[in-house]
Amino acid sequence: MIRFLAGRTVQAASVLLLMSFVIYGLMGLMPGDPIDLMISADPKMTSEDAVRLRKLYGLDQPITERYANWLAAAVGGDLGYSRLYAKPVLDVLFPALGNTVRLLAISFLLSLAIALPMGILAAMRPYSRFDYSVNLAAFAGISVPSFWLALILIIVFSVTFNLLPAGGTGTLSEGGIWETARYLVLPVANLVIVSVGGHTRYTRAAMIEALRQDYIRTARAKGAGPARVVLKHALRNAMIPVVTIIALDFGMLFSGALITETIFASPGMGKLIFDAIMGSDFNLALVGLLFATTLTLVGNLLADIAYARLDPRISYR
Amino acid sequence: MTGTHANMGPAAIAWRRFRRHRLALASGLVLLGLSVLAAAAPLVGMLLGTAPDAVDLFSRFAPPSAAHPLGTDELGRDVLVRLLYGGRVSLLVGITAALAAAVFGTAVGLLAGYHGGRLDALLMRLTDSVISLPLLPLLIVLAAVDPGKLGLPEGVAESESLSLYRIVVIVALVGWTTVARLVRATALSLRERDFVLAAIAQGAGAARVMLVHILPNLASPIIVATTLSVGNVILLESVLSFLGLGIQPPVPSWGNLLTNAQELIWTVPGLALYPGALIFVTVIAFNFLGDGLQDAMASRPSDG
Repeated sequence: MIRFLAGRTVQAASVLLLMSFVIYGLMGLMPGDPIDLMISADPKMTSEDAVRLRKLYGLDQPITERYANWLAAAVGGDLGYSRLYAKPVLDVLFPALGNTVRLLAISFLLSLAIALPMGILAAMRPYSRFDYSVNLAAFAGISVPSFWLALILIIVFSVTFNLLPAGGTGTLSEGGIWETARYLVLPVANLVIVSVGGHTRYTRAAMIEALRQDYIRTARAKGAGPARVVLKHALRNAMIPVVTIIALDFGMLFSGALITETIFASPGMGKLIFDAIMGSDFNLALVGLLFATTLTLVGNLLADIAYARLDPRISYR
Repeated sequence: MTGTHANMGPAAIAWRRFRRHRLALASGLVLLGLSVLAAAAPLVGMLLGTAPDAVDLFSRFAPPSAAHPLGTDELGRDVLVRLLYGGRVSLLVGITAALAAAVFGTAVGLLAGYHGGRLDALLMRLTDSVISLPLLPLLIVLAAVDPGKLGLPEGVAESESLSLYRIVVIVALVGWTTVARLVRATALSLRERDFVLAAIAQGAGAARVMLVHILPNLASPIIVATTLSVGNVILLESVLSFLGLGIQPPVPSWGNLLTNAQELIWTVPGLALYPGALIFVTVIAFNFLGDGLQDAMASRPSDG
């Protein structure tokens, strides 16, 4: 297990390294050169100043060299400053990371809590009226544009009925836990609706496949009750493919968080990355993207561990 | 059950199965209707005596009327005509990008599935990595890249239609994974089949075996995966356009029609309804269609 985890960590690290290079290169291709931004902010700057600054920041060097310098500094713990917030990048990112992890964790668990029972029940009676309705609802969830759904939620719950806040966050000191929770309801609802459809369909498909196997017939023949057959024999086996596919969806979940946070003005990683890209804060965007990638890679790694726990045939030695 | 198929070709069997998937059939009709309407956008504009960018500041936010069946927007432009023109762009971009992604995905899947071994492991690891990455922020970075800095000639970099091509390329860059996985899985099993082994024994080269012997047999998974990915691609295009990074105004698309709607939801919430509803209907129709095709084309000889 340890050797497997070490291997997976090395693989994740190389994906991260590759990503950092690609994103670093792309940042150089975005409009708004840092020196140009300085020039527009300070009309007294001469073109000689610009040349000198370019040299000072090493911007006159080829991209590979600049990347190597950046990487050396980053590994040494110096991730640079955020231009927009005038703070070290990490000071900006860490509070946002907490908000995003909270949003993602609640939405993910809630989505599973709905998808697993629905998928299992639908699979127990395939092609029944109930199965049909679950499938229809799942397709609707997969197909709805998340940003539009967010707008509709705001229109219904904030504009029309004025029940919930349309954006922002509550602070614990001001309103306590319930006030904070009120701000989370719509973003969580939005993320759950767009992810629960996929989760339900994966569960249903895997359960139908598992219930078709010979060992299910054997279990039934031995007199196991329906609940025991479904939950103990089928579900455990069905969870193996489900875990794999859901793990691959972590990146999608983060993409959903970006849209959700941007529309609900919720101060998380997604909104921060979006604002950083739009505001030419390259340092923040770069590190933020790498954080987001790390988040999904860690999610995948956790899924691998869950996979090993579920399937006794896999020992990862 | 099998007996009734005796005189039918595979296409006829598939069509019979597909017809029974009523949702898929209805979806096909809905998509056909939407395409016809979108294609007829200039005609509708002519009938109503307006154009998608005809500004009329004296009738901003007009309610639905005979002249403006769905009312007007914040600049007094006709909502219906803009929706139809937006549909042309969204559908065209969605289908083009899905096709481009399908070509790339087929190439990757075919190479991985046919050659197997190390190449397969490498390509599939790449595919899995792309799937697991947080793609939306990456797409935003790609969409924000300044075309002038890519060394494109100025005329091209400044042209209005660039945002169309750009979005197709960007979305295709991440949309190929589903097709690649499906094609690889099928190619993997096909390469052990007798007709492929026979072709190899006769001295056919790898390229010939892949293109002449294996590719034609991959038609159904490719069609299914492409249909399913059109929905995804339209969703991606619309979210990028909504964020101001995809199709650039004044060219209307269903995504960028919603950009202004967010600021206006407190005053005119109705404007946000139509474009999103059309995206929703289109995407769900493509998904149902793909699902129906999957059922129809699945090689299950016994339960036709």
